[in-house]
Amino acid sequence: MIDTVVSVEMLVEEVMQIKKNRLAPDECTGNEKRLCIASGSHGDELGGQYICYQVIRRIKQDFQSLTGIVDVYPAMNPLGLDAQMRDFPLMDIDMNTVFPGDKDGAILEHAASKIIKDMAGADVCLDVHSSNSLIREIPQVRINDDVSESIMPYAKLLNTELVWIHPSTSVRAGSLAYALNAIGVKTMVIEAGVALRIDYDYCEQIVDGIFSLMKHMGIWQGEVTEVRRPTIATDGDVWFVNAESSGLFVPNIKHSMKVKKGEKIGTIVDVITGSVEERIYAPCDGLVFTFREYPAVEEGALIARIYGGDLT
Amino acid sequence: MNKEIIFNMNTAFRGEYTIIGYRFGHGEQAACIIGAMRGNEFQQLYMCSQLIAKLEQLEAKGAIVANKEILIIPALNYNSMNVGKKFWVSDSTDINRSFPGNPEGPATSRIADAVLKRVKDYSYGIQFASFYLGGEFIPHIRLTEEGAKNTSLANLFGMPYVLTASERAFDSTTLNYNWQKNGTSAFSVYTGATERIDEERARQGVSAVLRFLTRMGIIRYNCHGGYISTVLEEDELLSIRSDMPGFFRKKVSTNTEVVRGQLLAEIVDSFRGDVISRLVAPTDGVIFYQQIQPMVFQNSVAFKMIKRIHE
Repeated sequence: MIDTVVSVEMLVEEVMQIKKNRLAPDECTGNEKRLCIASGSHGDELGGQYICYQVIRRIKQDFQSLTGIVDVYPAMNPLGLDAQMRDFPLMDIDMNTVFPGDKDGAILEHAASKIIKDMAGADVCLDVHSSNSLIREIPQVRINDDVSESIMPYAKLLNTELVWIHPSTSVRAGSLAYALNAIGVKTMVIEAGVALRIDYDYCEQIVDGIFSLMKHMGIWQGEVTEVRRPTIATDGDVWFVNAESSGLFVPNIKHSMKVKKGEKIGTIVDVITGSVEERIYAPCDGLVFTFREYPAVEEGALIARIYGGDLT
Repeated sequence: MNKEIIFNMNTAFRGEYTIIGYRFGHGEQAACIIGAMRGNEFQQLYMCSQLIAKLEQLEAKGAIVANKEILIIPALNYNSMNVGKKFWVSDSTDINRSFPGNPEGPATSRIADAVLKRVKDYSYGIQFASFYLGGEFIPHIRLTEEGAKNTSLANLFGMPYVLTASERAFDSTTLNYNWQKNGTSAFSVYTGATERIDEERARQGVSAVLRFLTRMGIIRYNCHGGYISTVLEEDELLSIRSDMPGFFRKKVSTNTEVVRGQLLAEIVDSFRGDVISRLVAPTDGVIFYQQIQPMVFQNSVAFKMIKRIHE
C-alpha cells in the first residue's frame, strides 16, 4: 500500500509528496516487527532507488513469506532527485543535517519531522546512501560509536565487506540515523558505490543482506543467501589519504584493492606545466575501501581510505 | 593597518587561493570580526569593507586604544562568490559547518582549522552572519545557547533586539560555537539582508560593531548610544505560515506593530489571480521576520512575530 507521508503544495500547481510503500501480511496481529528502508535524502544518490525497487520486487514475488512490516521510503528528497541535486534544491541544505526537523519550521524541517513521526516505533531502520560524486565506497555499514553495541548484531547481517564505527556526517547529530536512534529505532547507514551512478552488483549484494536482516528479525520466512562476515573497523584501523597538491589525480590502483605499505596509489599532475606535483603512496598494508572517483583534486581532497587492521 | 595571510592553498585550475586578514592596532587580541563565509553573503562582505574603511580612518587618527588589536577577515569563501555558488566550489561543503576543522582534512576543513587557530584567542568574536531562511529580519544580535550568558555584553551593540537561540543539531560545527568553546565571547550580527545590499541596515550593523568596540575600550569613537536591546528567546517568536501556495502579496513590513486580526499578506492563485488565502495576525505584536520571495509554498513560514510587544 502506497501512502503519502509528506504533502506540500509547491509554488505553481505541483505538489511535493514523500511517499512510502508499506508491505505487510494480509492479516496483521498488531504485534509484527517493522523494518523501515529509507533512501534518497541526497538527490544525487541512485543506488538506494534500485535497492528499494529490488526489495519490493522480491517481497512481492514471494509475498507469503512476509510475516512483518517493511516500510520503504525510496525518495525522501524528491525535488533533489528530480533535479539531480544532492541538497534540497530550494534552500541548498543537506536534508541529512536537519533531522529530527520541526513541524513548525521551514518546508524541509517540516518534511523531516513528518518522516521521523512516521518512522517512530519501527524496530530497525536502514538509511541507504551511495557516497557522493567524488569518491567510490565499498559496501559498508556506518554506525555511530554511542550505539554500536546495540546495532552491531543487525549491522553484521547486511552482507557488506565492512562495518565502520565512525561519527561520519551520515550518522551524527542532524542525520536521520542519529534522530531515530535517539527515539529507540535501531538505525544504521549503508554506503556503497558512487553518486549519480548505480553499481548493480553492490546493490544486489546489499539486497541479499536486507533479506538476511529480515529473516533475523523474524519478518521473512523465505530463503536467504549466506552473508559474508564483515570486517569491523574502528577509527584506529582506518588511514585517511588526502591530496597535498592540486591538479589531476592519475590512479595506479583500483578501488577495493589490497595494497602494501609504500605501494604507489597514484600521482597528481599539473596540466599546464606537465609536471608531477605529488606521488602518493599507501601509508599501511590494507584494503582500499574508499577511492577517488572524480579526477580533479585540490589540496586536502580525499584520495582514499584504507582499512589497515586485521583482514583475516 | 596591516594585511596578513590567514590561509593559502593552490587550486587545480584557478591558481592560488588566499584568505586575507586586516589588522588594526597592536598588542592584546581584543576583537575579531569575520564576514562572508558563503558565496551569497554580499551584505556581510560589504559590511566588512565599510568597517575596514572606518577603522583605517580611526587608526590614522590614533583612535585605536593602545595595546588593543582588531582583526577583520572579510571573506573566507570569495571563490564561490566569483562563480555564483553558495558553498565551496569543488565539493559544495559549507565552511560554517566545518569547524573546528582538521589541518589534514578537505579544503573547507583546513580553512576552518586555520581560521580558528588564528582567531581563537581574541576576547570578542563577531560574525556577520546570514540565516538559512531567505527573508528579512529586524537587525539583531544572535547568541547561541552556549553564549546566552553574554546577553548583557550583547546589549552593548545597541541593536534593537538580542535573540537567544536554542541549540540546533549542526551548532557544534559552526564558528560561533567553537569560538565560545575556546573562551571567546562570540556574537552573530544579523542585519536582515544577504544576497543584496541594504545600505541602511549595513550602516546600522557597522555602527553597532563600532559602538561595541568603543564600549569595550578598544577604540575611541564618539557614536550614538543606539537602543537598549530587548532580549528575546527564539522559541518565543510566533510563526505564521501560509496555508496555501501562490503569489505573496505582503501588506506589512518588518518592525511594524500589528494588532490581532490585522491583514499581514494575501496569497494569490498562481494562474487565476484571485485571493485564495489571507494571513492575519493571530495576536498583537511586532513583525520580526518576513519572507521576501515573490511566491510561497503551502505551509511555509511567512512571518515571525514578537508577541504582545509594542514598537
